Amino acid sequence: MPHIRFAGVEKSYGAVRVLPPLDLELEDGEFTVLVGPSGCGKSTTLRMLAGLESLSGGEIYFDDRPISGLEPKDRDLAMVFQDYALYPHMNIARNMSFALRLQRNSKAEIEEKVGRVAKMLNIAHLLDRKPAELSGGQRQRVAMGRALVRNSSTFLFDEPLSNLDAKLRAKMRTELAEMRDTLDKNMVYVTHDQIEAMTLGDRIVVMSEGVIQQQGSPEELFKTPANRFVAGFIGSPTMNFLEAELTAAGDVLSVQGDGFTLPLADALKARLSGHASKAVTIGIRPSAFSTELTNAAPIDLHLAVSEYLGAHSVLVTRCGDAEILVEHDSASPMKAGVTMTFGVKPEDIMVFDKETGLTL
Amino acid sequence: MPVRLDRCPASSLQAVASPEQTRALMKPALANRLTPYMFLAPAGAVLVVALLYPIGYMVYASFLDWNPSQRIGEAEFIGLRNYVNLLGDDSFRESLWVTLKFSAIVVSLEMVIGVGLALLLDRNIRGMSVLRTLFILPMMIAPIVVGLMWRYMYHPTVGIFNRTLKNLGLEPIPWLSDGSWAFASVIIADIWQWTPFIFILSLAALQSLPQSAIEAARIDGANGWQQIVYIKLPLMMPVLVVTCLLRLIDAFKVLEVILVLTNGGPGLSTEILSLRISRTASEFRELGEAAAMSNYLLLLLLLLTLAMFFYNKLAEARAMRLRAAAEVDEI
Repeated sequence: MPHIRFAGVEKSYGAVRVLPPLDLELEDGEFTVLVGPSGCGKSTTLRMLAGLESLSGGEIYFDDRPISGLEPKDRDLAMVFQDYALYPHMNIARNMSFALRLQRNSKAEIEEKVGRVAKMLNIAHLLDRKPAELSGGQRQRVAMGRALVRNSSTFLFDEPLSNLDAKLRAKMRTELAEMRDTLDKNMVYVTHDQIEAMTLGDRIVVMSEGVIQQQGSPEELFKTPANRFVAGFIGSPTMNFLEAELTAAGDVLSVQGDGFTLPLADALKARLSGHASKAVTIGIRPSAFSTELTNAAPIDLHLAVSEYLGAHSVLVTRCGDAEILVEHDSASPMKAGVTMTFGVKPEDIMVFDKETGLTL
Repeated sequence: MPVRLDRCPASSLQAVASPEQTRALMKPALANRLTPYMFLAPAGAVLVVALLYPIGYMVYASFLDWNPSQRIGEAEFIGLRNYVNLLGDDSFRESLWVTLKFSAIVVSLEMVIGVGLALLLDRNIRGMSVLRTLFILPMMIAPIVVGLMWRYMYHPTVGIFNRTLKNLGLEPIPWLSDGSWAFASVIIADIWQWTPFIFILSLAALQSLPQSAIEAARIDGANGWQQIVYIKLPLMMPVLVVTCLLRLIDAFKVLEVILVLTNGGPGLSTEILSLRISRTASEFRELGEAAAMSNYLLLLLLLLTLAMFFYNKLAEARAMRLRAAAEVDEI
């Protein structure tokens, strides 16, 4: 498996620049997820890796070998498309074996490979059907199967689950996660869905407007986001952001805003001591609010709506003008319209620079 | 829902309907059922006057021994004799053969060239839209003009072809005066005029193909030629079949270009069926026989149209079956 490296890769369509120079390294045998909102350049990046889009600048290396001049077929990769891109006029067996037939593999070998993959994906009974005769989920499997049969060193996935309904998507996500563990391949996966990114990726690359915001393991991104964008993008329900001011009172550094004063953790104190009375944005995850007030600073929240989701509810609350989402155990229900005091632990508060959005 | 009018107050009825209409409305269920047919009636009337009447007239005429100096009522009824005579008529059979040969050759060549051009020009090059427009120009020229144009170009002494040949020091070619050359000449003119038709339809079909399937084929390792053979052509096939049938129907009826170029000659070498029909009616003054010949042509075209109809039906039924099958087994 090659080590893949993007070096200053750029893409423009005419005068429109969709991807400023991009540097990215994909480790050997890793499942990398490119994630970001639509139009962030993640699909373009993947398509350039596949060879379906030309590069406007820079170079992509497989183990120090430049590949931007190679045809897609010479890059030893397989790809699963968002709309599956099955060949509508071929049956499933022929869809899956198309690449092998082009390589002039022997008939017995083709049958053996297709049969094995079809069995693994549970589509062996569909082999002589046409794609139009399959349901969305089955087509998805066939698309996956067509990529697997190739046995390429690198697999590319371009939003493969986004055309499925929610239930099926969750199921296929689990199957993909299993596949990731059994196959020792480079996998590059593009999605706009942060849950997919978190559950599948060994490493997640968060992109916005063509720029890599942060890359790292799911846990790193969740616990130590590099900036406000990553903090807001990763995690569900999304992080709450509040405008505040840093205030130092004696030994305690705290953030003060409209209706709250929250002390910060000791770890932050050293980094922020020079910034007293600076305007900042603070971020608190919905799960960080608790009705338990020991070791926590109190904040009064006015409950507007309670969204019941089963085991827990999402409370939509107000603090001054700001809207704050709170994740709450459904076992102790709360009525809308009341004002409640929640506790927030100092270590659960993140502080971002108001101008640059960078984590302080 | 039908309204029980007998319970409506009389004043409200008078407000909306004249006495005749009221009577019609007394049977609202019937009126409801007739409404769609009433909307269709004008179109139906046009169809009857413009289509069924002439065709019926022609079918009736084909059973007559009818001279243009007679009124249709005076013509003698001879049953199927016109049809039987035609089957034994060598000139008719020759003309039918020329028509079949002509159609088969022009449509095959036009399909190959038209689809080939579409495959070549399906790309983004600067000035391509201008080029595409230029390519479809021949189709927009009136057939008579096309015939005249080509007749000048084929002219034995002043035509551009023979002048060019002469300048190159080659023998001139008897474009329109030798039987085989004349047949080739009319074929060339027809291809020139009608290849664009196939070209634009093929290009439209190509550009509406699912791009991701072609991209998948590129990743699967198909080179340009393999993409065409294994992916593009099979996916274009439904459009190509219909295009081919449309062109075939048109080719069977071709008249003007050949009329102007060769008028069927030399001998019977380019006398296609529609030309023979026109000559039978105007020169030989056999209206009944001409009508019978037209009916033979009509039957031939009807067969092609039916073939197209059933092809469409088949495709639709297939699509339905596929959709039904897909819905049955969701995972």
